[in-house]
Amino acid sequence: MRNLQPVAGQAQPVLELAGVRVSLGGRPVLQGIDLSLRPGELVGVIGPNGAGKTTLLKIILGLLRPDQGKVRIGGHDAQASRSLVGYVPQSYTPDPDLPLTARDLVALGLDGARWGFSLGGRNRRAKVDEALNWVGASSYADQPVGRLSGGELQRLLVAHALISEPRVVLLDEPLANLDLRSQDEVVALVGRVAHERGVTVLLVTHDMNPILGVMDRILYLARGQAALGTVDEVVRQDVLGQLYGHHIDVVRVHGRILVVGGPDVEALTCTTCDA
Amino acid sequence: MAAFIASLLTLGATRTALVIGSLVAATSGAVGVFVVLRGQSFSGHALGDIGTTGAAAAYLGGISPLYGFIGVGVLGGLGIETLGERARERDVATGIVLSLMLGIGALLLYFMTQRPNPGSGPVAILFGSIFTVDPGVTGPVALFSVLVLLLLAVLYRPLVFTTVNPQVARAAGVPTTAVSLLFMLAIAVAVEESALVAGALLSTALLIGPASAAVRWTRHVGEAVALSVLLGLLAVVLGVALAYQSYAWPPLDRGWPVSFFIVMIVLLEYLLSRIGRRTRQEPATRQVP
Repeated sequence: MRNLQPVAGQAQPVLELAGVRVSLGGRPVLQGIDLSLRPGELVGVIGPNGAGKTTLLKIILGLLRPDQGKVRIGGHDAQASRSLVGYVPQSYTPDPDLPLTARDLVALGLDGARWGFSLGGRNRRAKVDEALNWVGASSYADQPVGRLSGGELQRLLVAHALISEPRVVLLDEPLANLDLRSQDEVVALVGRVAHERGVTVLLVTHDMNPILGVMDRILYLARGQAALGTVDEVVRQDVLGQLYGHHIDVVRVHGRILVVGGPDVEALTCTTCDA
Repeated sequence: MAAFIASLLTLGATRTALVIGSLVAATSGAVGVFVVLRGQSFSGHALGDIGTTGAAAAYLGGISPLYGFIGVGVLGGLGIETLGERARERDVATGIVLSLMLGIGALLLYFMTQRPNPGSGPVAILFGSIFTVDPGVTGPVALFSVLVLLLLAVLYRPLVFTTVNPQVARAAGVPTTAVSLLFMLAIAVAVEESALVAGALLSTALLIGPASAAVRWTRHVGEAVALSVLLGLLAVVLGVALAYQSYAWPPLDRGWPVSFFIVMIVLLEYLLSRIGRRTRQEPATRQVP
């Protein structure tokens, strides 16, 4: 496991949430969320279904306004700084007939929000090529996206999110539906996004184990509340027990961490812990 | 052959038919690619049917059915889009707007048939009237086509983005609701124009047919739009030529309806694209979430 000290020790925080509270349809989804993330930090966002993971992403993306509290990205209000946040959505499965190549998809990340046609240009093409190359997708740059494997598609979505040079990248369950080898490749890639490019990464996942090796800190969400810290600080019986509001066992076997009564095995043991 | 083409172009009715048909085919072909990719075929078809109510009203009121088609089509499109934002809601919203408008349309068409001299009005509205269309609407049709194509050009990148990956488009600041609404207007005008040519019941063919073939044969959205326009033009021009030829055919010796030929050619294009697809590499196996 890597050293869990934050990478860029004294740098200004790039993403800050202070006292954030959100209710959807009168039901509190997140409350009292305080976060301060530095450049180049990779944070795993873990929590059971309904814990508020997706809501947290929407707030950072500026798609949802919190009822209370502040969300600041690079010192600006989240609503006004959308170009600073890249986003890889959950379970993106394009139609096999979609007439769109890998290159086209990545280019949309660069200027897809602008009106009219793209006039192309050498600069634009060079940027797209650079992004494809950086994620290792050059070999299928001209393939239709609907015919790529899950792992190939995830790399592409990372390039798509990175090409506008955001300060923060959010990935929603990027490891779901991937085989183990593709999972490892995507995890390594996401690690490079944070530690080589200095982009702050929030990676939402059900299972923390595949990302233990690259994760700097963990944000554990349960019942609308969050605990942020290193794995050793957060994934403990007392911290999680308080978060869930009932007894939790943390078991370490062969370098894997199992939270019993938590999300990993909730189908077996947990019938009431979902908030 | 040369004499045939010359006579096709010199005859006023066929010349008008070719000009209006080409405008409509190009517009429907371009808009159709996005309709196919966004899964809005049902809305597109419903708008053609909804337009009949407006066309019948316009006919009874003594103005060109074109304005009835477009006026009611645009209102119907706005209704569908505002009632149902999500895909599933949109289907239901489309069905509700469609039933309402068809009910009124049935009444108006009934009035048309009960008039002392009904003529071919009802048939023209339902099945198209490209040979009997008033040459005076050529200007308005051209104007509407240009407006739709301009709108599509302005919307192009955000529309592609919203179509391809709506969640990320929204996150990137694309006003996806506004883009969808404006595109619905483009569908409405394209469909209603084509209802004038191929008839309300068959306008879907020009909207969906060339586009779904083009999507299978190309690798970029821009290429698909260009090919779809060409396939649409091919269907209309060939359809008009065959309809002109069919004046010498049994059983009536009065010509077969041009809509029949257009739809058959469109169907052929679509079937060819299905066959062509077989030879392409099958998609890699993917896991379904």
